[in-house]
Amino acid sequence: MRTEKIRVENLTKIFGHHPEKALELIGQGSTKEEIFAQTRQTVGVYDASFTVHQGEIVVVMGLSGSGKSTLVRCLNRLIEPTAGKVYIDGQDVTALSTNALRQFRQQHLGMVFQNFALFPHRTVCENTEFGLEVQGVDPAKRRQQAMKALEQVGLKGWEDQFPAQLSGGMQQRVGLARALALDPDIMLMDEAFSALDPLIRRDMQDELLDLHDRLRKTIVFISHDLDEAIKLGDRIVLMKDGAIVQEGTAEEILTNPANEYVARFVEDVDMSKIITAESVMKRAVAVAEYPGDGPKAALRKMEKAGISSIFVRQEHHLKGLVTAEDAARAARRGDKHLDSILRRDIARVSPETPAIELFPLLAESSFPVAVVDADNRLRGVVIKGSLLAGIAATLQTEDSTG
Amino acid sequence: MNAYKIPIGDAIEALIEFFVNHFSFATRAFSALTENGIRLLVDAMTFFPAWVLILVFTALAGYLSRRRGIALFTLLGLGLIWNLGLWAPTVSTLALVLIATFFAVLIGLPLGILAALSEPLNRIITPVLDFMQTMPAFVYLIPAIPFFGLGPVAAIFSTVIFSVPPAIRLTCLGIRQVPRELIEAADAFGCDRRQKLFKLQLPLAMPTIMAGINQTIMLALSMVVIAAMIGAKGLGGEVWKAIQRLQPGQGFEAGIGIVIVAIILDRIMQRVGGRPKTERV
Repeated sequence: MRTEKIRVENLTKIFGHHPEKALELIGQGSTKEEIFAQTRQTVGVYDASFTVHQGEIVVVMGLSGSGKSTLVRCLNRLIEPTAGKVYIDGQDVTALSTNALRQFRQQHLGMVFQNFALFPHRTVCENTEFGLEVQGVDPAKRRQQAMKALEQVGLKGWEDQFPAQLSGGMQQRVGLARALALDPDIMLMDEAFSALDPLIRRDMQDELLDLHDRLRKTIVFISHDLDEAIKLGDRIVLMKDGAIVQEGTAEEILTNPANEYVARFVEDVDMSKIITAESVMKRAVAVAEYPGDGPKAALRKMEKAGISSIFVRQEHHLKGLVTAEDAARAARRGDKHLDSILRRDIARVSPETPAIELFPLLAESSFPVAVVDADNRLRGVVIKGSLLAGIAATLQTEDSTG
Repeated sequence: MNAYKIPIGDAIEALIEFFVNHFSFATRAFSALTENGIRLLVDAMTFFPAWVLILVFTALAGYLSRRRGIALFTLLGLGLIWNLGLWAPTVSTLALVLIATFFAVLIGLPLGILAALSEPLNRIITPVLDFMQTMPAFVYLIPAIPFFGLGPVAAIFSTVIFSVPPAIRLTCLGIRQVPRELIEAADAFGCDRRQKLFKLQLPLAMPTIMAGINQTIMLALSMVVIAAMIGAKGLGGEVWKAIQRLQPGQGFEAGIGIVIVAIILDRIMQRVGGRPKTERV
């Protein structure tokens, strides 16, 4: 069980001077538009509850105006919530005094902004140092920490430039470094990559994942882009009109949309990018055990299962593959072990591999693709038929719910 | 229609009389102080021969503006003024402008900052500034006399009133123009109000503030000339003398001197203020 890092309980934000009227109407089930028409109050976020675990990337996703940016700003109270609670490490953030809140932001919450929000009158390094400077860290130490952060985002050597001299992608690296320099345990990223062009965006996503692997920060990432959410998010929180409509892993949301809105949102996503090896793999019908099984035993297993090749494993770890043809020849030679005919250079993929990447692998080889976990344990196999059937099945459930 | 005239003028006179009766001890003291300050500054500047000061100003202009052209213009312009025999009035005009600008900035900068941070204050100050700027400059001369007596201090007083609005306005504007998302970023990193002001808002507003100070200097120069009517000496005094004696030639000579001083001050200030740090490569 992973530890809970952020817990949001019934968070509500109404913009306007008379939130109580709007709250009352929401209680009666009025929509955002009706409430605005009647009370001139805008519902930013309504009754949002979710948790984020330590070290997790949660993507809050929705179209513009869905309240996702408001929601994330309520976490560090850049926007003051109207009702509800935010707990971070068990601390009720909504109860902090102004001074305590400033300190809390300094120590726990790094933030990265959509349009970078870099300070134009400060150099890259001075920008990165900003949070430490505010905390009153002494110049030598903050310079050192800033340089470390700049190195982490690949901006070493640029520290004396001004932001205006950098490209968009590099500016956002500065934004990232500025947040990282504080070594916060939580990073709030508000559409951090949305202002970048698609190629740079993809690079930045990869790098963020890379950084996350190394630093294991808890990240709350805001995005309107489903592909981005799927790529980055361990879990996705989907918002509409200020309310959370679904929460779950990318696959849960895609294969089992909670309602029509979610279904519409996800329908133009290329399913083969989303469906993973795990969801199309089958259990291996037969497996040869090394070193116990010799060529004859392997051959018998294949005949019985009606297959022409078989995966070989040793104490659950995948060792390789043997074909029926080779096994028959070895059996005739009288070999006792599989060593001479074992093919070790076979295609292995992880369960998270997108299905689209399986097509070329299957096209190149006449053998099934092995799906193995990080420990090289055989989790399943993918053959051409099961891949197509798996995709077709997922698309079908998609159609019937949509 | 003439039966009853709304007594605005009477009211203002009563008000000024009240101030003069109750506060003139303070204004007179201030007057003595400022007068000494002006004399000291003028004495200091006239202590040196004119050509030394001209070289000093040239060097200063070159250093502040980092433009050889401006330095050259300063050298030739001031040389011309010296040649026309207008050096002494020019020095006293410069002293008046510098002192008036000093007070205007001293008042304008904090007021501008406060107006930027407080919406109610901004709403009060804006119409007052509009009023101050539309009122004909001559009018400020009149109440200055009872407070400070005829002379340079009354001139400085009316000059400060006339020239302070742009300093306030542009300071306020500069701070308000700082993008909201930068303020948000500063907040997100846990800045308090003071840090936000000094680390973010003032540095970013600086070019705008400097443009305001530039305008203040220009207005101060024009007002110092007008203030010759209430006994401010200097180039304005020369013009005023020329008007009274109907000597167009001398009037224009003094006028050219004013133009030269204006151009030098303006170019230097533009270079000092209008150079955002981000352009540095």
